[in-house]
Amino acid sequence: MVDFEVVELPESDHPEVGETAPDFTRPLVNAESWEDVSLSELTDEGPVLLVFHTMDGAFPATYVWNNLRDRGIPEQIQTVGVSISSPYEHKTLLKERGVEATVRLYSDPAAGVAADYGIENPLDGMTGVTEHRPAVFLLDEDRTVRYAWVASEWPEFPDYEDVADAVSEHA
Amino acid sequence: MTGDESVITLYRLQACPYCERVVRVLKQLNLPYESRFVEPMHSDRDVVKRISGKRTVPAIVDENTGVTMSESANIVDYLQNTYGDGADADAGGVA
Repeated sequence: MVDFEVVELPESDHPEVGETAPDFTRPLVNAESWEDVSLSELTDEGPVLLVFHTMDGAFPATYVWNNLRDRGIPEQIQTVGVSISSPYEHKTLLKERGVEATVRLYSDPAAGVAADYGIENPLDGMTGVTEHRPAVFLLDEDRTVRYAWVASEWPEFPDYEDVADAVSEHA
Repeated sequence: MTGDESVITLYRLQACPYCERVVRVLKQLNLPYESRFVEPMHSDRDVVKRISGKRTVPAIVDENTGVTMSESANIVDYLQNTYGDGADADAGGVA
């Protein structure tokens, strides 16, 4: 019998498969610089895998990028992350996870995008800090959601096989 | 960001006063521009070196004229001469 606690998260009201994901603009960080870029600019180029994760440095952020990297997902589809971390921290994550060439990360310190997507996660023991609930969305060129997964427990990780299958089907 | 007109890209460093000087002139002249923020460590700013040949900021790339330029004083002079009240009449093709 396990003797640790997995926290149940409340129901989320996130965009479902077939719905249109909200557009947003935030600084988008690559290995060398960052600039304001809208999500729709990315989807105009093709399907996008949108990965919401914990603040950089927390182990779930490390695990999710290691897994996506090891499966070669960013080579198959435009892959972007979102967390509350600053652009400076994002540059470090890109380097440390070895995804500098393939992944870009949005910086959303006030978690406004989490509110737009219905995936806010106010953190116990870190007063005033709300971040993004772990979530993965695959969006097509119209920002229509083709795959959606949102954590219902904390911590919880996406089923990477499901993500890989969705990427194979829609990318 | 809108992609509907060619714009000026400003390579800048957060809290760099020389960059803010250029920003002030861009705003005074009501010029659309995009900000690209770069690495504080001078030795890591290869993205700037690739466009301007130097790692210093500010640097601008003006797609309207094809000009790429470093050094805030030079940039300010260029912007005022190209887009300001005293702009070179030849630049606009107006007598």
